[in-house]
Amino acid sequence: MKPLLKIEDFINNGIDQVGGKAFCLAKIHELGLTVPKTVCIPCRIYENYLKHTRIKDTILLEINRKPFKHMRWEEIWDISLRIRNLFLTTPIPQNIQKDLFSLVVESFGKNPVAVRSSAPGEDNAASSFAGLHDSFLNIIGANNIIKHIKLVWASLYSDAALLYRKELGLDIHTSQMAVVIQELIPSDRSGIFFGMNPSNSNESVIESVYGLNQALVDGDVDPDRWILSQASGKILSHIEPVRKQYAYPNTEGVGFADLSEEKNQTPPLDDQEVFQIWETGRKMEALFGRPQDMEWTFCNDQLIILQSRPITSVGFKESDDKRTWYLTLHRSYENLKKLYIKIEQHLIPQMIAEAKRLGQTNFQTMTAELLCQEIEKRQTLYDHWVKVYWADFIPFAHGIRLFGQIYNDAVTPDDPYEFMALLENTGLKSMDRNRLLERLAQMIRSNMDLKNMLEDDMIPEMDHPFRILLDKFVEEFGDLACTTGSGNECQYGDNGIIRLLIEFAKQPPKQKHTDGPDIKLLKENYMNSFPAQKEKFAADVLHLGRESYRLRDDDNIHLGRIEARLIESVSEGQSRLSDPLISTDEQKMLAQIPALSMVSDDVSRSLEPALSDKTSKRWFKSRQIVGHPAGPGIATGKARLVKNPQDLLDFKQGDVLVCSGVDLNMTFVIPLASAVVEERGGTLIHGAIIAREYGLPCITGASQAMQLIEDGEQITIDGYLGIITCKTDEL
Amino acid sequence: MDDNMKHSLKQITTLFDSQMLAVLSTQSRDQPYASLVAFAADDNLEQLFFLTPNTTRKYENLIDSPKVAILVNNSVNQADDIYNAISVTGIGTAAVVETSDKTQLLNMYLKKHPHLKGFSKAPTTAFICVAMKRYFMVNQFQNVVEIQVKS
Repeated sequence: MKPLLKIEDFINNGIDQVGGKAFCLAKIHELGLTVPKTVCIPCRIYENYLKHTRIKDTILLEINRKPFKHMRWEEIWDISLRIRNLFLTTPIPQNIQKDLFSLVVESFGKNPVAVRSSAPGEDNAASSFAGLHDSFLNIIGANNIIKHIKLVWASLYSDAALLYRKELGLDIHTSQMAVVIQELIPSDRSGIFFGMNPSNSNESVIESVYGLNQALVDGDVDPDRWILSQASGKILSHIEPVRKQYAYPNTEGVGFADLSEEKNQTPPLDDQEVFQIWETGRKMEALFGRPQDMEWTFCNDQLIILQSRPITSVGFKESDDKRTWYLTLHRSYENLKKLYIKIEQHLIPQMIAEAKRLGQTNFQTMTAELLCQEIEKRQTLYDHWVKVYWADFIPFAHGIRLFGQIYNDAVTPDDPYEFMALLENTGLKSMDRNRLLERLAQMIRSNMDLKNMLEDDMIPEMDHPFRILLDKFVEEFGDLACTTGSGNECQYGDNGIIRLLIEFAKQPPKQKHTDGPDIKLLKENYMNSFPAQKEKFAADVLHLGRESYRLRDDDNIHLGRIEARLIESVSEGQSRLSDPLISTDEQKMLAQIPALSMVSDDVSRSLEPALSDKTSKRWFKSRQIVGHPAGPGIATGKARLVKNPQDLLDFKQGDVLVCSGVDLNMTFVIPLASAVVEERGGTLIHGAIIAREYGLPCITGASQAMQLIEDGEQITIDGYLGIITCKTDEL
Repeated sequence: MDDNMKHSLKQITTLFDSQMLAVLSTQSRDQPYASLVAFAADDNLEQLFFLTPNTTRKYENLIDSPKVAILVNNSVNQADDIYNAISVTGIGTAAVVETSDKTQLLNMYLKKHPHLKGFSKAPTTAFICVAMKRYFMVNQFQNVVEIQVKS
């Protein structure tokens, strides 16, 4: 079986073997247009690889662990990460590898290539899902090319492909993937041609950048854009961006550099070249029978077609669900770098300043009218920051994922989550908060009088060291009883925080875990996996990953502080409303404020366990619940179901925190917990990150855990396997 | 070894090679229990192996009471299973593998179940060996033979 086909053999082998991209390229080549030197690894080699290595069984195990409909995007990303690593760590059978190696060397030697996906049906008219499978640019050397062939195979199960599995018809039993290898064209200028403008069917669109096309496709460089008459190719308009950078083939992969002054001022195409591209696009349309989405490049003024696929109306951009938003979370390194600067230098300082400014308000002197205005102002402000959180902070969290992928590609570790060890100890704000709580607890431990006083519900005077530190804590992080959402009583929230501190003081402090791999060695190994020229890139990506990990937590704290300021004002409003001396006018005015008339759904929502009464003849009980292992270790303790924030204040040492999703305002109890269970899934979610910082077993994605586990029952958390075992009666 | 025994052992080997799952019967404090396990056998059918989390009831049972039974069969949920299918029940003594040859035995096991490699690595996963004593093979409805593996 020949593992590598030349372009002349593509059509004979059929689209089922070479995939849509390769088949189209062969047609273009046959028409006499220039395409880069192209070979194809047909689908049968992929099939053979799956069969001989038996990784199909493991993929099936991964994707059937839990119904997709119950999975969040993070869990799908996790599956994709594990499958990707499986391909990376599973060698191609030796006989195929040997033939493939010599044929790749024969075809490309040490020249740089692009390794692209070519799934059957991928680029056909019925389903155009460009970008769901991976392509890699500037890959050099046969071994490296073979590694990237496996990564293209793995992208059959990319998170994006899994999200669109129904539309793609993804089925592990039948889905196939061919791979195209093309010589890399040292592009002067490149771009895309869209035969039919999606917003006007009488127009065509050309976008162009200097250098490689990757910068345009990833959105890292703004292109020049021409709108043309579809029928005549006449230029209707030309939109010029501020031209700054271009992409070029780096040591391996893609680098960015500044354009010369001259190119900054000059569009990448002249009118004649724009017309030449339109004319070629029309030929493609005639060849394939419908308008095309074509990628092209100029090299020494020769137009070369990189790929072409039909434009369809069923692409994922038109879907009306959240998946399109999920896909925007995939950010390139360049994009994340820009986002980091925005967050670190602008957004976070603004949030800190905002929270500080709001903290200086004295509500006591405000009239009811002014208080209403203040509450509304704070609500608007908080809503604004929630939007920023979704628009900028959540996408920046993708930096963790990007680092994980780059780490795994370079190191190919057995454990696909090995990279997480390099992200820990970044000085999370919530760990600072927990350390401050621990200092307060230590004061109680070492001072019996203070302990007795607090147990008698008495708060020390303002100048008492404990009170000073407690006030500092509340100033910095808000009263936990308030910020957890009670909103009724913020002055040490019905002594909630004191109860919690007394609980902390009962046991010796929980140390941050120190076990685990040798970080220095891991880091060295990571850095040594890159050639000398790419060391800076490796270090920069690690830095970005660590900052992403830190901010994943810190941004919640900053948002929480602004929320606390909103709650403060609402609390003042509630307090005035309940004052019997309030005037009717003031009462009317305050009652009109939505935040004061609303009953929180979250708090009042009842989550009764779906268990029948065990005293009756028949009963039902969950014994084992499978989730995702998100923090190694095993622990047994009483399940503490946190249905509303007040439940946290009764948390006891050794309890297992069970909740729908750990948020910022829950993580302060984690030092008390023996383990953490979350219904929400994902390895990189908030609760899992904090649990790992303390070395606690953690399971995420345990669907219906809140229904299936009873509050107070004994459960065992196996954080290695992701299994919760509930203690049941003797048989 | 007589030909009948050779033939029966060959049939059992073929059956074991063709099947991924077995029913494991355990008991503790006079209470029987059954569960499915992904099993593998050694070449001479003296030992059967499987993996289990150490938090399960089957694990608790076999630690408390190591004598177990294992059933393997190739029925396909059709009426003719009653005369076409072969069922083999084996009895033996289970123990957690902690010997020096654990890696070698586990590799043998993972050759049959490579997708369980991740599962096998968890510190809370126990690798169990059942030292087989006797097999009972049933075919053609009620033909039963007994084969003593170890006294």
